[in-house]
Amino acid sequence: MTGAAFLTAQGLNVELAGRIVLKDVSLSLSPGHLVALVGPNGAGKTTLLRALAGLVPSSGAVHVGGVALSSLSLGERARRFAYLPQGHIVHWPLPGRDIVALGRYPHGATDPARLTPRDTEAVLRAMQATDVVEFSDRRVTELSGGERSRVALARVFAVEAPVILADEPTSSLDPRHQIDVMKSLRTAADQGTLVMVVTHDLGLAARFADTVLVLSDGRLVSQGAPAEALSEEIMGEVFRISAYRAEYRREAVIVPWAEI
Amino acid sequence: MSLQNVMVTADIAARRRSGVMAALVVLVVLLALISLGIGPVRLSPVTVIDALFGAGSDVQQVIVREIRLPRTILGFAIGAILGLSGAALQGLLRNPLASPSLFGAPQSAAFGAVLVIALGLADVRSYALPVAAIAMAFASVFVLLMIAGRNAGLLILILAGLAISSLAGAATALVMNLSSNPFAVLEIAFWLLGSLEDRSFRHVMLALPFIVAGAIILLSQRNAFRALTLGEETAQSLGVDIGRLRLTVIVGVALGVGGAVAVAGTIGFIGLVAPHLMRPLIGHDPARLLVPSALTGAALLLLADIAVRIIPSTSDIKVGVLTSIIGVPFFLYLIKRERRALGGGVA
Repeated sequence: MTGAAFLTAQGLNVELAGRIVLKDVSLSLSPGHLVALVGPNGAGKTTLLRALAGLVPSSGAVHVGGVALSSLSLGERARRFAYLPQGHIVHWPLPGRDIVALGRYPHGATDPARLTPRDTEAVLRAMQATDVVEFSDRRVTELSGGERSRVALARVFAVEAPVILADEPTSSLDPRHQIDVMKSLRTAADQGTLVMVVTHDLGLAARFADTVLVLSDGRLVSQGAPAEALSEEIMGEVFRISAYRAEYRREAVIVPWAEI
Repeated sequence: MSLQNVMVTADIAARRRSGVMAALVVLVVLLALISLGIGPVRLSPVTVIDALFGAGSDVQQVIVREIRLPRTILGFAIGAILGLSGAALQGLLRNPLASPSLFGAPQSAAFGAVLVIALGLADVRSYALPVAAIAMAFASVFVLLMIAGRNAGLLILILAGLAISSLAGAATALVMNLSSNPFAVLEIAFWLLGSLEDRSFRHVMLALPFIVAGAIILLSQRNAFRALTLGEETAQSLGVDIGRLRLTVIVGVALGVGGAVAVAGTIGFIGLVAPHLMRPLIGHDPARLLVPSALTGAALLLLADIAVRIIPSTSDIKVGVLTSIIGVPFFLYLIKRERRALGGGVA
C-alpha cells in the first residue's frame, strides 16, 4: 500500500450480546484507495465498518488522520466518516434534496431550508456526481431501488468526509446500477477519499478495488491487491468455492464457479 | 432540472409552509376569541377584545379575564403540548401511529394524580399533583421504550402501549375501588374524563410551567428527528446521540403530558391526529411538523372545548370524551391506511 496510512486499527475486538464478533483485527489504510471488505455471511464485515466509525463499542485502538477515535466527539466523528448503511432506509417521504442535504448535518447544517452557500454547493456537487439532480423534488420513497441508492450515495458524498464506509451499496441493484455505484465510489477514491465497501460480489471487488480485505469468522485472514487477497487458497478456505480467474483489460476477473 | 431550479423549488415549498403557519395562527387566535365569548353569557369577539384590554363593563371584564381566560389558556397550552408530543414521538420512532395516548402516558399520569388525591397527600391545587403525574408519565414512556428496544416495530409499540395503558387504567380503578369516600370517587371519575371547565389561574400556574418546559425541550430536539429519517444508525453516524435524544424526548413528553393531565384529566388522541392533519400541507419532515402540529393541537382542543359548550345536552359533555369519540374513529381509519405495514409487523 502506498502513501501514509489515514485510517488504522490495532487489535480491534468487538463483543456483541456476549458473542465475539471481531477478533484482533489490525489494518492500515491510505487515502485515495478503494478498499473492498469481503467475507462469508456472519464474518463480521458490517461490525468492522461500524467499529471503525465508532458506531459500536470496541476495544483496541482506531486512529483516523492520526487522531484516536475515542478522543473524538460524535460530531467530529461524523465529519470524518460518511457512513452508508445497508438498505437505504428512509422513514418519511422527503424530497431527494432534503435527504442529500442531511449529509451536511455534521457540518451544522441541520435544516435543509437554511443551507449556507458552502453547504448548498456541497449538496449540488454530490447530486451532480451521482446524477440525481432530477430527483430533487421527488419523494425518495417513490423512486426505484436504483434511483434511491443513488440518492443515498449523494447524501454520503455531501458529507465530504475523508473516509466513506459503504455497507453493501450494490446489493439488490441490477448490474448496470451496480457498476454505476462502484464507478461513483471509484471516482471518489481517485479524488483522494478513502472508500471502504462491504460487498458479497467478488467480481465487483476484484474489478474496482485497490485493496481487498478478507474477513472470516471475525478475523482478517487476507489482504492485498484483489488477485492476491482472493487467492485460490483463500477462496477455498474462506468461501469454500473455486473461481474462474482471468484478466480483462488489465483488470482482475474473478467469477465464483463451484462449491468445494 | 437545472441546478438553479433545485433551490428555487425549495424556496417555493418554504413559502407555502409559511402560508400554512400564518393561517394556523389566525385560526388559533379566532378560536381563542370565540372560546372567550362562548358560555352562559355570549360575547362577540369585539366585546371580548375590549374586555381583555380593560374596556367594556366590569361584568364583561370579570367574565372574560377571570372566568374564561384561564380555560382558554389551558385549552391552547394543553392542545399545543399534546400535538407537539405526538409529533415528537412520531419523529423519534419514525412511526405515524405513535402518540402519547396510545403509549399510555396520559393514563399513567392520571394514575399518579389519582393516587396522590386518594392518599390525601394533596388537594387538586397543589404542585404534588403535576409532579406525581409527570413522574408516572415518565415511567410509562420510559418502560415502553425499554420494552420496544432499538428498532421497535409498530406491533411491539402498540402492544406495549396497550399493556401500559391497561395497567394504568387498572391501577386507577384499584385506587378508586379502595377509596372509602364515594363522593371523592365520583369526582375522580369525572375528572378522569378530561375537562377544562371551571379552571382558574391557579390551575394555569400549576400546569403552564411544566408544559412550557416540555415544549422547549421537545422543540430543541427537532433537527435530530430529521436526521432520524435515515434510521437510528445513520442518524448516529451523522452525530446524533441516540440514547440522549430518547431520554430527552421522554422527559419532554412526560413534563408536558403530566402537567396537562394534572389540571385537565386525560384528553386523548389530539397528539395522534394533529400531525396527520399537517402532513399533507407541510410535508413529512418531522422537524417542520412540530410547531404546526402544536398549533393544530391547540386549535383542535379549543374547537372541542367550544363544541362541548354549544352541543345541547342535559349534562355537560366532557371535552376528553369528545376528543376520544372523534379521535378513535380517526385512529381506525389510520390503521386501515397503514394496514400493509401493520400486517408485516414492522414499521
